[in-house]
Amino acid sequence: MSAALLNELAGALAADSVRVVDLSQTLSPRFPQIVLPPEFGQCAPFRLEEISRYDERGPGWYWNNLSFGEHTGTHFDAPVHWITGRDLPDNTTESLPPQSLIAPACVIDCTAEAARDADFLLTAEHVRAWEGRHGKIPAGAWVLMCTDWSKRTDPVAYQNFDETGQHTPGPDANAVRLLVERDVLGFGTETIGTDAGQAAHFRPPYPCHTFMHGAGRYGLQCLANLDLLPPTGSIVIAAPLKLLRGSGSPVRALALTAGI
Amino acid sequence: MTPPLIRPKPRNPIRALRLPTSPPVVRSRAALRLTAAAAEGRFELQHCFKCGTVQYPPRSACGTCLSHRLEWREVSGAGELISDTVLHHSNELYYRERVPLRLGTVRLDAGPSLLVHLHGDCAAAPSRVRVRAHLDKSGQAVLIALPPQDTANMTDDPMLREMTSDPKFHKILVTDGKSPLGQAIAKALVDAGADIVWVGVAEPWKDAPGLAALEKLSQVERVPLDVTDEKSVRDLAGVIGGKVDILINTAELHRAHGVADRGTETARAEMDVNYFGLLRLAHAFGPAMRARGAESAVPASAWVNLLSIYALSALPSHGTFSAAKAAAFALSQNVRADMRGAGIRVVNVFPGPIDDEWNQLVPPPKLSPDALAKAIVAALRDGVEDVYPGDVAQDIWTRFRESQKALERELWDQ
Repeated sequence: MSAALLNELAGALAADSVRVVDLSQTLSPRFPQIVLPPEFGQCAPFRLEEISRYDERGPGWYWNNLSFGEHTGTHFDAPVHWITGRDLPDNTTESLPPQSLIAPACVIDCTAEAARDADFLLTAEHVRAWEGRHGKIPAGAWVLMCTDWSKRTDPVAYQNFDETGQHTPGPDANAVRLLVERDVLGFGTETIGTDAGQAAHFRPPYPCHTFMHGAGRYGLQCLANLDLLPPTGSIVIAAPLKLLRGSGSPVRALALTAGI
Repeated sequence: MTPPLIRPKPRNPIRALRLPTSPPVVRSRAALRLTAAAAEGRFELQHCFKCGTVQYPPRSACGTCLSHRLEWREVSGAGELISDTVLHHSNELYYRERVPLRLGTVRLDAGPSLLVHLHGDCAAAPSRVRVRAHLDKSGQAVLIALPPQDTANMTDDPMLREMTSDPKFHKILVTDGKSPLGQAIAKALVDAGADIVWVGVAEPWKDAPGLAALEKLSQVERVPLDVTDEKSVRDLAGVIGGKVDILINTAELHRAHGVADRGTETARAEMDVNYFGLLRLAHAFGPAMRARGAESAVPASAWVNLLSIYALSALPSHGTFSAAKAAAFALSQNVRADMRGAGIRVVNVFPGPIDDEWNQLVPPPKLSPDALAKAIVAALRDGVEDVYPGDVAQDIWTRFRESQKALERELWDQ
């Protein structure tokens, strides 16, 4: 049965009746990294420095050295990232169960709301209304918040800072509580964090990090192309690098969707 | 009267680039002390402890009494021009390009007679002059006699301009336009007559107070530049690298931590900006600046590094910062050696605490960004190579020379 299923999938991929959607931003120095107040340690930005390029440093080959923080570009948050998840089993990048890295996705379209209000908060009522249209969120699914934020290609507009901090959409505390109750695999966003830009002022602060990771759930952020996914029926493949005791890592996130 | 410098025409693109040449560079160890004083803008000569003779040229013993107890002390340059001449021919490439040159012999009031360059405004001998020691395009001290009082456009004299980098008509890159210091420097350069001041902006999503107001100045242009990103530095060099006459590296990361206070991440970030940032700039901007060391009436002429007086001796309460600045200091000496053949002056600035948000708990006196900006412009105008601006820097520099070891202990509890 399973072998036949995989054969069928391979055929469908070749025939484009199952399509692969790239959910990743290009990792480049131009793509901004998360900003913390300067008294805290900072996430190293993504950097690429040439080792050689068919020159005196290496006549026949081109390659680079990379450096970046774990939470750079389109990336995965493991439960150990947050203090609430620090003592859970299998909470680090190398110990995550591999079968949890491929999972169905529920996509909640918030593009109209986020366009009107950069501080838009997804509430439990929004989630229930979505369930009313598309069915109950299944256990083990990714819930992805589609805001079109990834289409802000200007890094200044993407970060959207003013003197009171960052203004980007995200979930409120009750929405996260409901998703944890649904036993989701994790929560994903197009913005630079799974929490809203102003989440430092919420009660509790950073509810998505606090509750999701406290329940052993994951996060995905800086996703792209969520608008190409159906509300249900896609499968997300998002595997972080197998870093020893890693709290997260950049990922090449992909989704499989039904083709035409 | 010196004719005023007029804005040079753009280079004729079908003529070969005029390549930089260097005046004679070799000096005895004794004569290098003249260079050491001139690097800070002082004119010093050897004074004999035993017989009091002030002597020139520098020697390892007193020419009058043979005592080797000689002390380098500042000397007044006031003296009498006793003969003058015009040089029309030289086999040195550098002088060959610059003849006719006025030269003269000056008898200093302090005693010795000196062979000097003569400023165009000096009256024919016999006349009163004041002699200054300046670094020439080889980076070594030479002597030049100026008229006894300042004259109109005095700084526009061609030979004096060989020894200075007045910002007038220059195109200048200030690598960090977001810091109060970078902004103060950009304003001071505009006031000094710079043609273009490019100001680098890293991480544009973090807005910087004052940047929008600075950009309203027509000479100021904001450019993307993050010295921690090799690609960003190279991309900017690809656009303006062939235009920059003076580069002022103000990019600095400073956190007030001792070395035991934090892990390595902040220290690494400080090294990435303060040390590797300078290295990336030297790779990307150095070659084109060296090539343009003699291009026109306004050639590429100076490279300024913002260091710290704590690069000389570490301030443990700002330990990782001191270490990163010490690394940058060592690097800047290499950049200076690399730039020498092209006549590009590398100016190292060693301020004490700057009055900024990372020195909040440091008690005054602290150097205001405006005062530091003025000191940097003055250093360019005066052709000074090592700048210790402000009371704290002067004090520490003096104590450093008296006893490095004593200073090391004194900085423990500051």
